[in-house]
Amino acid sequence: MSLPSIEEIVDDLLFFDDWEDKYKYIIDLGKSLPVFDEAWRTPERLVKGCQSSVWIQPGSEQDSAKGEVLTFAVDSDAIIVRGLLGLVLAALNHKTPEEILAFDVTGYFESLDLERHLSPTRGNGLRSIVGRIQNIAKSAA
Amino acid sequence: MSLDVAAIREQFPILKREIDGNPLVYLDNAATTQKPQCVIDALVNYYTTCNSNVHRGAHRLADEATRHFEAARDIVKDFINAPKREEVIWTSGTTEGINIVANGLGQLLSPGDEVIATGMDHHANLVTWQQACKASGATLKTVPVLDSGELDQDAYDALLNERTKFVAFPHVSNALGTVNPIKEMTAKAKQFDAWVLVDGAQGAAHGRVDVQDIGCDFYAFSGHKVYGPMGVGALWGKESVLANWPVWRTGGEMISTVTLQDATWNVLPYRFEAGTPNVGDAIAMGEAIRWFSALDQDAVAAHEKALLDHATKLAEEFEGLTIIGQAKEKIGVLSFVLDHGHPADIGFLLDRQGIAVRTGDHCAQPLMARFNVPGTARASFSVYNTLEEVDALFVALKKVRTMLA
Repeated sequence: MSLPSIEEIVDDLLFFDDWEDKYKYIIDLGKSLPVFDEAWRTPERLVKGCQSSVWIQPGSEQDSAKGEVLTFAVDSDAIIVRGLLGLVLAALNHKTPEEILAFDVTGYFESLDLERHLSPTRGNGLRSIVGRIQNIAKSAA
Repeated sequence: MSLDVAAIREQFPILKREIDGNPLVYLDNAATTQKPQCVIDALVNYYTTCNSNVHRGAHRLADEATRHFEAARDIVKDFINAPKREEVIWTSGTTEGINIVANGLGQLLSPGDEVIATGMDHHANLVTWQQACKASGATLKTVPVLDSGELDQDAYDALLNERTKFVAFPHVSNALGTVNPIKEMTAKAKQFDAWVLVDGAQGAAHGRVDVQDIGCDFYAFSGHKVYGPMGVGALWGKESVLANWPVWRTGGEMISTVTLQDATWNVLPYRFEAGTPNVGDAIAMGEAIRWFSALDQDAVAAHEKALLDHATKLAEEFEGLTIIGQAKEKIGVLSFVLDHGHPADIGFLLDRQGIAVRTGDHCAQPLMARFNVPGTARASFSVYNTLEEVDALFVALKKVRTMLA
């Protein structure tokens, strides 16, 4: 399945006045992420937070219009983090390394009023995953 | 006599806070308790009126600071019923207290010696003994935890033998709330002349302690879990044991005489207090213990039991919830998982409703592995919590369950 576009996500999330609706949307987004192969839950793919864990499997493929783009499969044992990973993928998956490096993840989360999930104190692994995606893009650029 | 909880709450300014428009319901007391105004005042007063280095100044401020600092040591001594004030060592907290003991133990053990810890310990009371055993070639054994969350006493009996040199266990489990039979466990270890350390990080928070009645050699606890400031704690050790225990950090204050090539050590308690101590926090910790000890201890115990009983009853009625740790003797802690929802999700969605709990492995990864959970959500109670706050936890938890279904 394909994730909603980043514009759709921003529109949807800004539409909710109520925190419950907003987080239900994020939880549903987490549920809709492609299944992460259980065999991929290995230490090399793991980013351990002290509260929840995140796994990432990078890859790449050829896009007819853009050339080589980077792909990422991700997972978390916490559903809200999985949903937040969905937000990250909507922005960074299937993008060229240059597009990834040009994208302002912090600004994006701020625009959604979700920046506290990126805070280093949350220990959910999300911030480290974003850093890892950016490093992969740097190596590939 | 019952406790005037409303009057107690009035003394804790932080309890007036709101989180996202909800009144703060603070149920993370096993991580750290909040501080009453008198403790905050003690800290401010120290820096406002008599800040100075202790034991060495030739002036009025140093005299006053030293007097308050040593008076705080006496308060700690009385709180745990230590025989002598010299046996009370100021530390930065439980972890440092245990490290002081473990550092010395690593030098005293030999290959073939055995140390016993438990499967319910938090990392401070496990990793330290692992390192002491690695340094000395001794063997570490651990007492397994039963499904109930209690230590397997039969297994403990079987582990003890004449090679057992040291035994460490928690007074109260931080992750499960289990109150261990510390007096009986100490007596069993003493039949083999083993040294005994009781980790009091969670135990001291719930009432007075009597180290002489327990019969142990060491008792370590933190100020910040007993309504005091962070960064200060106390290690108690029997004088006969501590006086010969290898020194920990070396430096000023802990020495008696120094030449360019050698030094001799100071007397207790100073031989374990190298460098400038944390004077302000120690004084404020003394004030916290003075404040807490002044409460009717029977009423405190009855109130804390009522909170846990009420929470346990609501948890048992809550569909899809499993309590982790159902020991007969429990205090202060309700640890649980939900059928649907990782502890991190539960913690986040409770926080969004103003309810502060801890989630995760509680610095006790082997214990979480034992119960085959990635972690738990833990509500922990203190003297200022109310039955209404316990109700609020379960109202919020219903919303969490619906959202995560």
